[in-house]
Amino acid sequence: MAEEKFDVIVVGAGPAGSTAAYMLAKEGLSVLLVERGRQAGAKNMTGGIIYSRIVHEVFPRFWEEAPVERAITSYNIVFLNGRSALTLNFKCPRFADPPYNAFSVLRAKFDQWMAGKAEEAGAMIVTGATVDDLVMEDGKVKGIRSGGDEIFADVVIDAEGAKSLLVEKAGLRGDFNPADVSVGVKEVVELPEEVIDERFAVGKGEGAAFTLIGGLQGVVGGGFLYTNKSSLSLGIVARIDSLMEKKVKVHELIEDYKMHPYISRLIEGGSIVEYSAAILHERGLRQVPKLYTDGFLVTGSAACLLINNLFTLRGMDLAVASGAAAAKAVLRAKQKGDFSASTLSAYESFLRENFVLTDMETFSRVPDLMDNRRVFTVYPELLCLLMESLFSVHPAPTMKAFRRLRELMKGRVGLFEALGDLFKVYRAL
Amino acid sequence: MSVEKLTLDKRLGLNKYEIDSESHIEVREELCRECETKVCLYVCPAEVYKLEDDKLVYSYEDCLECGTCVIACRGGGRGAITWKNPRGGFGIVYRYG
Repeated sequence: MAEEKFDVIVVGAGPAGSTAAYMLAKEGLSVLLVERGRQAGAKNMTGGIIYSRIVHEVFPRFWEEAPVERAITSYNIVFLNGRSALTLNFKCPRFADPPYNAFSVLRAKFDQWMAGKAEEAGAMIVTGATVDDLVMEDGKVKGIRSGGDEIFADVVIDAEGAKSLLVEKAGLRGDFNPADVSVGVKEVVELPEEVIDERFAVGKGEGAAFTLIGGLQGVVGGGFLYTNKSSLSLGIVARIDSLMEKKVKVHELIEDYKMHPYISRLIEGGSIVEYSAAILHERGLRQVPKLYTDGFLVTGSAACLLINNLFTLRGMDLAVASGAAAAKAVLRAKQKGDFSASTLSAYESFLRENFVLTDMETFSRVPDLMDNRRVFTVYPELLCLLMESLFSVHPAPTMKAFRRLRELMKGRVGLFEALGDLFKVYRAL
Repeated sequence: MSVEKLTLDKRLGLNKYEIDSESHIEVREELCRECETKVCLYVCPAEVYKLEDDKLVYSYEDCLECGTCVIACRGGGRGAITWKNPRGGFGIVYRYG
């Protein structure tokens, strides 16, 4: 393969890479898409749901052909303490109609479909090939090194995912801080389709999504549960510094979590068919590395593009948006015949135009909110205890809600501390 | 019907792997020996790292390729762990993901 040269090399056939490869191949550029898994998706896992708006822009009416699991119509935010759960549930049947809102997906299938789109458009896909390094000349990226081969291109689009080893090699980032990164572990639990429909009270083809806060033994993080067609994706996300500090084993934490009565009832009768893990970048905009250099663009999770604002956890749709923005920047560079950093900097403007960076800016205070341990411990506990008290009859005089709350707060959190936290929530969300 | 915890070995046994004959993980012993925190022992979701007679051993075959160990090792240990992607096609093969 020596001496071969492409217009573009894309590293990684996930949503970011396949989108970029698809758009560029469609415009007639020669594109090599390199994937280290045996097939696209083999190395990828998600919570997870993908929001459809941006995907629909690139792949119109993708739901008619893509292997999506369920259209999410039931959204749940759940606060847990050791024995109970308070759920905020939002049901919107309109989300079951095109263009939908979000779909649950399983990446092994979904990523293969998207890589197939890139291939149909004319991109050359090589699977089972690990990119070990970039070929650099005078600080410019000239190609990739894979196995013993060097392959050259005008521009390399990095869509390698969250570990972003090439971003580090390109000198665009330093070491990750354990306080900025979480590890997500997930179990896929198989259940018959009808059982899921019934248990989650959703129509055929519709699904439910859950974000869970608290109940993680004080570890900074949370849980998630998504319904697939005939399985559930159940997992926890735990900040690495918090696991280090508490000396908690994350694979035991998820098993304990499953024993919570709220969760065990949702997964009851199911059998685990896969156990997976991945990291997530939690520090928002501040963690986003420099997105381009000469001959090089960084997209998707490799660029730490992730929005977590309690209501939505967005990664895959941002990946697609960034892949599309990178493709636009490369097309412009191709027209000019100039692949320098200054031409490729248009990528960043495109990422603003499609709201990726602006949305990340909007929620830039959320990561700091997550540093506050009370969010994961005291408040879920307080909410659950308050509800337990409000919904039951006591062998003592009944108190009004606010007085009961003040009493429960004693020894847990001061009034001004709590008001301060509330103000921070208001500013962040 | 009730929900039961599953041991890590059982869970890893459900996964599909293409096991390479060479390890994609390296641990520099001289650095590891000086490390008092040994954070890799609990952060790894596959418990790839274990202590045997005070010596760190690792089973790269079980790796889920998340990258947590390196971040923890550099951030809270001595940076003894080097992790690179397994050779093309080898390692974990997610069938669901």
